[in-house]
Amino acid sequence: MSITGSQIDGVAVATAPAARKRRSSTKFWKKKLMPWLFISPFIFLFLTFTLFPLLFSVYLSFQEWNPVAGLSSMQFVGVANYELALTDPWLWQSLYNTVWLAVVSGVPQHLLAIPVAYLLVTGLRGGLRHFYTAFMFIPYITSTVAVSLIFFSIYSANSGILNQMLLGLSDLPVFSWFFSWVPEAMPIRWLTSSDLLKPSIAMVVIWKYTGFNIVVYSAGFLTVSRDLYDAARVDGCNRWQQFWHVALPMIRPFIFFAVTLTIIGNLQLFEEPFVLTQGQSGGVAQAGLTASYYLYLVGWQWLEMGSAAAISWILFIFIAIATSVHFYFNGRKGLGEDR
Amino acid sequence: MTKLVRVLPRVSMQAFLLVSVCITIFPFVWVAMMGTHSRSEIYSSPPPFYFGTRLLENYEKLLEVMPFWTVLGNSLLVSVLGTIVTVLFCSMCAYGFFAYEFRGKNIVFGVMVASMMVPPVLTLIPFFLTVKFLGILDTHFALWFPSAANAMGIFLVRQYMVTSVSRDLLDAAKVDGASDFRIYWSVVLPLIKPVLATLAIITFIALWNNFLMPLIVISSPEKYVLTLALRSLQSVANTPWGAVMLGTFMSMVPLLIAFLFFSKQMMAGLTAGAVKG
Repeated sequence: MSITGSQIDGVAVATAPAARKRRSSTKFWKKKLMPWLFISPFIFLFLTFTLFPLLFSVYLSFQEWNPVAGLSSMQFVGVANYELALTDPWLWQSLYNTVWLAVVSGVPQHLLAIPVAYLLVTGLRGGLRHFYTAFMFIPYITSTVAVSLIFFSIYSANSGILNQMLLGLSDLPVFSWFFSWVPEAMPIRWLTSSDLLKPSIAMVVIWKYTGFNIVVYSAGFLTVSRDLYDAARVDGCNRWQQFWHVALPMIRPFIFFAVTLTIIGNLQLFEEPFVLTQGQSGGVAQAGLTASYYLYLVGWQWLEMGSAAAISWILFIFIAIATSVHFYFNGRKGLGEDR
Repeated sequence: MTKLVRVLPRVSMQAFLLVSVCITIFPFVWVAMMGTHSRSEIYSSPPPFYFGTRLLENYEKLLEVMPFWTVLGNSLLVSVLGTIVTVLFCSMCAYGFFAYEFRGKNIVFGVMVASMMVPPVLTLIPFFLTVKFLGILDTHFALWFPSAANAMGIFLVRQYMVTSVSRDLLDAAKVDGASDFRIYWSVVLPLIKPVLATLAIITFIALWNNFLMPLIVISSPEKYVLTLALRSLQSVANTPWGAVMLGTFMSMVPLLIAFLFFSKQMMAGLTAGAVKG
């Protein structure tokens, strides 16, 4: 097609140079525009739903505005929103809760997932390993809302299965030594006491995401070749040393990325606390109020979009600092020496 | 004795793994069982740990408190439409970045990669306002369209193209006179089916389970998606827990069935970012 096209062009050169120029210039433009045509969905959606909102939120964070009243009610208030946010005890409470939850629900995920993945990879054959990892992965694909609703009923103080199981254990012969405190503590208010709310939320998060990390780490341990273990064994390493000195250093990049995902995800925790506290201002004494949750309350319950925009920038700086600290200390090692 | 010492670690490992699987599975069994009990049975002490007889009652109750099938249809509509358009858009954009050299490409690509670092929470409020300005508040369109050309998806597809589509093939197709769109559609797309499947899985699950977007965008109950509708039952007076648990279980069933058949692909797909990154 294109060959015959250029032949025609060639003939046209002799007779009408102007026409040829015009046609080749449309061809030229077509060629120029083609890549932009292909990436136009990204450009369009990025400008509309990411870049514009980002810039607008900078502007908005210096305004006072109730969205119900319409655009004209917007008023410039300078840094008042930031001042207000930074002096609001709820903000600090929510940041504290966020960090607490990020650490308490984040660290155990990895401390559990790494050894389990190692056991699965070194101790089991393909089929059985897949069976176990598949089961442990299920919580990750189910919706957080559904999971939180289930745990909401499991945690129920008066008749929740968790309290009933603890009671049951305190009746059993051996376990009663460890669980003798249970009958006195009943009913344990997992979700309506300010001390227990955060640990209860953390339990759900750990339950939901450990399986995901196990799959990631399994993939990591699978990249370690058998020869390395064999060589280590010949050199007199026991199983623990093989794990600590051979396997673990090899999966550093996997640890790095899994931890990065956990940090970013956990600092934005919203659905678990929201559903477990029934969406009512962060539960007892705001013990379950995370930063995203607080942001939602300010923006959609109290309808102060300006303050909410300011808070989201504070939260952004917070996440940026946390991830860059993580990158600074672990990045070089995590990515390997070559990068 | 020596035999016991040799066997013990194996047995304890298996026991440990079985216990962890039980802990993982327990809430699912629990929700299935609670879906068959009435409210008073659930709140009896000790709660019944067996399948009850109130399944039909709960089902009727569920339909009373929420239009379950409409809501399921909404979720399905959003997820399916969103998945199709996302796969189309992301592969188009990825092809644009992969197949052409053009002025400004590096800048746009850099911006795209940088935009992956922006936490969604940051854009939440202005996103809501943008949706409001555009007049698509309270529509399903606003749930799936804005993220249809997301940076993560484009990046994923482009990386796959780099490793699996040879440039010679593109040149050959061009010499044979195939148009740009044809090369994309009938040469490149068939070659990158695996990554398209991965992207489809990720997108479908993300849309199906999404809660925050519907929470801020959708306001009329007949447009609710599953997550939103189930959550809203929490605030109904005298929450019919049997019905809520049944609805929760039913909302998880489609993905669980899909997982039964495609567990390998789904696990590989959902961890692709972490594993390949």
